[in-house]
Amino acid sequence: MSELALTLSRIQFGFTISFHIVFPAITIGLASYLAVLEASWLKTRQTVYLDLYHFWVKLFSLCFGMGVVSGLVMAYQFGTNWSGFSNVAGSVTGPLLAYEVLTAFFLEAGFLGVMLFGWNKVGPGLHFTATLMVAIGTLVSATWILASNSWMQTPQGFELVNGKVIPVDWLKIIFNPSFPYRLLHMVIAAYLATALFVSAAAAWQLLRGKDNAAVRKMMSMGLWLILLIAPLQVVIGDMHGLNTLQHQPAKIAAIEGHWENRANEPTPLILMAWPDMAREKNHFALEIPVLGSLILRHSLTEQIPALKEFPADERPNATIVFWTFRIMVGLGLLMILLAVTSLWLRYKNQLYQHKAFLRFAVAMGPAGVIAILAGWFTTEIGRQPWVVYGVLRTADAVTPHTTSEVAVTLTLFVLIYLAVFGMGTMYVLRLINTGPKTGEALQGDAISINPSDVDEFALAPEFHPDAKTPSAGKDQ
Amino acid sequence: MDLSLVWAIIILFGIMMYIIMDGFDLGIGILYPFFQEKDDRDLMMNTVAPIWDGNETWLVLGGAGLLAAFPLAYSVILSALSLPLLFMLMALIFRGVAFEFRFRATDTERHFWDKAFLGGSIAATFFQGITLGAYLQGIKMANQAYAGGPLDWISPFSLFTGLGLLVTYALLGSTWLIFKTTGELQATCYKLSQRISIVLFAIIIIISIWTPLMDSRIAERWFTLPNLLWLSPVPLLVALVFYKLQAALKAKAETSPFIYTLCLVLLGYAGLGISIWPNIIPPEMTIQAAAAPPQSQAFALVGAVIIIPIILIYTAWGYYVFRGKVKPGEAYH
Repeated sequence: MSELALTLSRIQFGFTISFHIVFPAITIGLASYLAVLEASWLKTRQTVYLDLYHFWVKLFSLCFGMGVVSGLVMAYQFGTNWSGFSNVAGSVTGPLLAYEVLTAFFLEAGFLGVMLFGWNKVGPGLHFTATLMVAIGTLVSATWILASNSWMQTPQGFELVNGKVIPVDWLKIIFNPSFPYRLLHMVIAAYLATALFVSAAAAWQLLRGKDNAAVRKMMSMGLWLILLIAPLQVVIGDMHGLNTLQHQPAKIAAIEGHWENRANEPTPLILMAWPDMAREKNHFALEIPVLGSLILRHSLTEQIPALKEFPADERPNATIVFWTFRIMVGLGLLMILLAVTSLWLRYKNQLYQHKAFLRFAVAMGPAGVIAILAGWFTTEIGRQPWVVYGVLRTADAVTPHTTSEVAVTLTLFVLIYLAVFGMGTMYVLRLINTGPKTGEALQGDAISINPSDVDEFALAPEFHPDAKTPSAGKDQ
Repeated sequence: MDLSLVWAIIILFGIMMYIIMDGFDLGIGILYPFFQEKDDRDLMMNTVAPIWDGNETWLVLGGAGLLAAFPLAYSVILSALSLPLLFMLMALIFRGVAFEFRFRATDTERHFWDKAFLGGSIAATFFQGITLGAYLQGIKMANQAYAGGPLDWISPFSLFTGLGLLVTYALLGSTWLIFKTTGELQATCYKLSQRISIVLFAIIIIISIWTPLMDSRIAERWFTLPNLLWLSPVPLLVALVFYKLQAALKAKAETSPFIYTLCLVLLGYAGLGISIWPNIIPPEMTIQAAAAPPQSQAFALVGAVIIIPIILIYTAWGYYVFRGKVKPGEAYH
């Protein structure tokens, strides 16, 4: 196994999972959003919720489809490219993955058909149940996969026999030390990413002068959610960081670009720097004294472990994780700024008119997804050189394929993913550009209420004045 | 209780569910070249659009179950067959996204996703069949790891099983369409089914002769006493089902051709299972030797035993909701 083949295998895994994670993240958020929309419609019978449901379900099904096919690759890649990992740790990650399939994938897939195609086949209550099951499925899925990933970060509840992991206590394995923080952090991140995406889609419509009840409603819902959970994410992120400091101090040292401790000097917070792994130092460091200790130790004096305290071959790449972490945090702060500004504009009654704010909201559309990727880069690259922390090195986990074999599959994956998911993204953006219409539920072939109710629905002008008249798009 | 045995049965069941369920929806893609009209293609796709995703989930269960219960087999088989499996997964990407993208595409773009669906279905099936053939031929092992080369999976036999699976899925697809459609489309499917079933029958015969010739252990399994007596009903049943299928197609029956095709597939599957049992990595590694620690198998088994029946219930409900003939222009979401 050459060093190059290992690197290519790592790139292949990183590439395929980076593409994959975007879709589940968005589908976790959208599934819950759709459940909320349908519940709101059932409760209030305001058709704006039904219109929004029918708009977002199109995007949901696009993202879900891409998530399924890219996820299938992940389920097999553990074996095709990481057979050492499967052989040594499959006894733990295998059952967790099996539970994910049994409790989540089937649930999502089983009810997805009814959710997408079943409006005319089942009653509203049953249809809502289907939407709810899909939403629950996405969350259950996140729970199992994060239990598995967290176990790889902070393994416990097992013993090593003949170099293989033997599970001893499944509760300890599932509820490993980093699991609660990572799960909450990721689910909230998924909700944030979706809320930012939804708000950006609405802001885009408003900027183009397409103002209707559905657009306003989704803008408002998205921004309320961001206001609620973006600050919460900071708190959970902090707890997650402290947990990492306790269990993976080398990762924190790399994130902070913190090379060495001097006697009686509290750890500074390095804002900007270029950590150099070979020379074991930072270039151009811009730092604030004591703040590192304050944030990570909640103390004015206590130090955190420094990179040089770890053997050179057990240090994660600080150059990368230093920056990915800062990208994530920076975007998080911008999200809070967006949310707070929106509150002010609501108070001023300018939320749907303020051009600069709308542009800001559009620009923040992809911020959640980028932050998720940056966060995962931080935690996964920060775990190196281990695949199971302290138990199995990445170099021992890889399948010893030839360099050319991995080069071929990696090239194909890159070409196919860019082409297929590139087109998918184009379809997503095209739908976003079209935007939700008043009377969306009645458009084209998407009739989604019982035929007997259609007339009544169509004749309720207070809900959608433009649905049956030629003056479409001129309401509000 | 032998946990490994129970798990082997669960995984075999999962793979069987996958083969018959994703089989007919892959088959629809394979049959696309015989139908050029957009309306026909829309209709064909709509017969499986609400269920294909659940069908494909059985493939994930096969992988996850194997990793949970037999991590050694998972790591060895998947590294040995890494290329055909990855090619299959890549092909499944094209056909999977085609379900959604086709409805989102403009008229000028749609032909691209038609081709993606067609090509993806054919390539996925072909590589799946190659994987199956290469697996049956056996995997070279040393020190609990794969010891062969990256291209060992290419052989006349594996290419032939690739072809065989294409024909199998095409027949599942065309009899499924008989079941779900009416009129001209259905009439075409009657004709297609008749021809495809004859080809499939020939392929089953060839594989039945080829496998024992290829591997003396398989020959021994089938052609020594008393096995010969126990196993002789299998080929006889194949012949009987084939005959019934022909009769049903001639009588223009709507449901039974699909059922008989399912029986044919199950018999073929059973035949291959008999040939390699109790090995999980042919030609030598048994299911017990590749087993995960009992703690892993038992933990995952609790979930499987409780949840799989529930899955079957709501999957059946999903099929029930979308029962009956699919009409042209029926609502998409």
